[in-house]
Amino acid sequence: MSRPAAAGAGEWELEAPAPRRAASALVDPPWVRMALLGVALSFLLLFLWLPFVTVFVEAFSRGWRVAVEAVRDPAALAAVRLTLLVAAISVPLNTAFGVAAAWAIAKFEFRGKSLLVTAIDLPFAVSPVVSGLVFVLLFGAQGLLGPWLQQHGIRIIFAVPGIVIATTFITFPFVARELIPILEEQGHEEEEAAISLGASGWQTFRRVTLPNVSLGLLYGVVLLNARAMGEFGAVSVVSGHIRGQTNTIPLHVEILYNEYQGAAAFAVASLLALLAVVTLVLKQLLEWRMGRRARAAA
Amino acid sequence: MRLPLRQRSILPGFGLTLGFTLAYLSLLVLIPLAGLFAKSLALGPGALWSAIVSPRALAAYRLSFGASLLAALVNALLGLAVAWVLVRYRFPGRRLFDALVDLPFALPTAVAGITLTALFAKHGALGRHLVPLGIEVAYTPLGVVVALVFIGLPFVVRTVQPVIEDLEAELEEAAASLGAGRGQTFARVIFPALWPAVATGFALAFARGVGEYGSVVFISGNLPLRTEIAPLLIVTRLEEFDYAGATSIAVVLLGVSFALLLGIQALQRLASRRLAGAAEAA
Repeated sequence: MSRPAAAGAGEWELEAPAPRRAASALVDPPWVRMALLGVALSFLLLFLWLPFVTVFVEAFSRGWRVAVEAVRDPAALAAVRLTLLVAAISVPLNTAFGVAAAWAIAKFEFRGKSLLVTAIDLPFAVSPVVSGLVFVLLFGAQGLLGPWLQQHGIRIIFAVPGIVIATTFITFPFVARELIPILEEQGHEEEEAAISLGASGWQTFRRVTLPNVSLGLLYGVVLLNARAMGEFGAVSVVSGHIRGQTNTIPLHVEILYNEYQGAAAFAVASLLALLAVVTLVLKQLLEWRMGRRARAAA
Repeated sequence: MRLPLRQRSILPGFGLTLGFTLAYLSLLVLIPLAGLFAKSLALGPGALWSAIVSPRALAAYRLSFGASLLAALVNALLGLAVAWVLVRYRFPGRRLFDALVDLPFALPTAVAGITLTALFAKHGALGRHLVPLGIEVAYTPLGVVVALVFIGLPFVVRTVQPVIEDLEAELEEAAASLGAGRGQTFARVIFPALWPAVATGFALAFARGVGEYGSVVFISGNLPLRTEIAPLLIVTRLEEFDYAGATSIAVVLLGVSFALLLGIQALQRLASRRLAGAAEAA
């Protein structure tokens, strides 16, 4: 972004009249520019913009009354509440983990560190369905701990705890992954100065480290939250789809869709599309504030 | 030289944070994943193998891997074009297009799934024009590819984009002043610097595609042997209470995921070394 080719070519011509061939080697020929722009932009319009707009078009295809009814339906509201509850548990847990992992990994040298970093990435590599299955095999009626849980009357699979656990698994790496490189970049001189001046560990973290990384932390939390609220595959395996009880918003969308209530499904889905908009706006703002470039999250 | 178990540091909290990290990681990730392998071993090699190579499972892997490969290829090509256009060209709405690239991972997969299906179905905004031409996307293997192209796009763009931004303008100028044409400059100077990033993005998109579920199940039609992806077959087996069958297929997917994770990390190291090398040379 900082060095557009066209500007470079312009400087060339001002300083020394370079041969035509040289200038043309710095800029894409006009037909290439037109072709690439055409292909790239129509691809983005067709594959990203059109689907995004379609969510809202379909939501209001039977009028706004149907859309509002779908969102105000008790089952939909229960799904919204459950989604908020799941995020309210998963997000703080994984944030605390991410901060702890980043502190240990970025501020200290120890054996097996790169193995640990790889292990933290595991949940992003595993298929969501496999993630769900793993917990069914552990906590389900046929699972390793199933009989013991049943004896004690604890339900995890096909109940809210399973949804929370699966979501926490899926969103596990977000904050750690965001914070580790930021903390590494900052080195440890400032913290060491604070400690040698007599600050406690907690004071050092809160007064020295945290202010330096707060934007990066927030960035990780925004992405973590979006995934926690939108997760479908893993949650679908462990939820049991009990209406009003174990349906998150994405699962409720699926049920409405499979019952041929297209407009209602899209109306509820548009809540998630709005969440996506908020996420993208926050992500963009934080990238600007951090002077950072966009990166893929998962 | 062997690294001591831990180097001395005056910073506090090492034991506490590493202890918490390891405990949380083990409880939530490592032990549950190990449970899957334990379960598969308990099935016995014969039962495990016959479930892994059942015709329906083989068809599912073929579709999952084939469609992911095709989608990742499309993404590598179009993603490179998108990244190039976003970095090098100036046009109205560029920032909006740039921000929009992240939509596929901000939009929950189930929403992407029903939306793509609505678009490509017979009466959908795109299907209306494609179906009369004989191009059926919804409920065919092509639909799986389309969904995976949508899901995988950000990986290639966001991996390649920073590398294009960091390309040394001097190198292109040097090539130009030595008499290279634009095509030669791209083939000899630009592409060699970009390919590790393109390959990383390709591998990330492929890995995501193999495991993807939400965006695919709505558009694929889910016919056994034809349009049933491997993750869906796991769900089907679970719903039939066939835990052995579900576990066997999951072990295959998990093995592939691990291999891809290691491969991707190797590629990322290669890419960052190239960048560092280029910076030193300049």
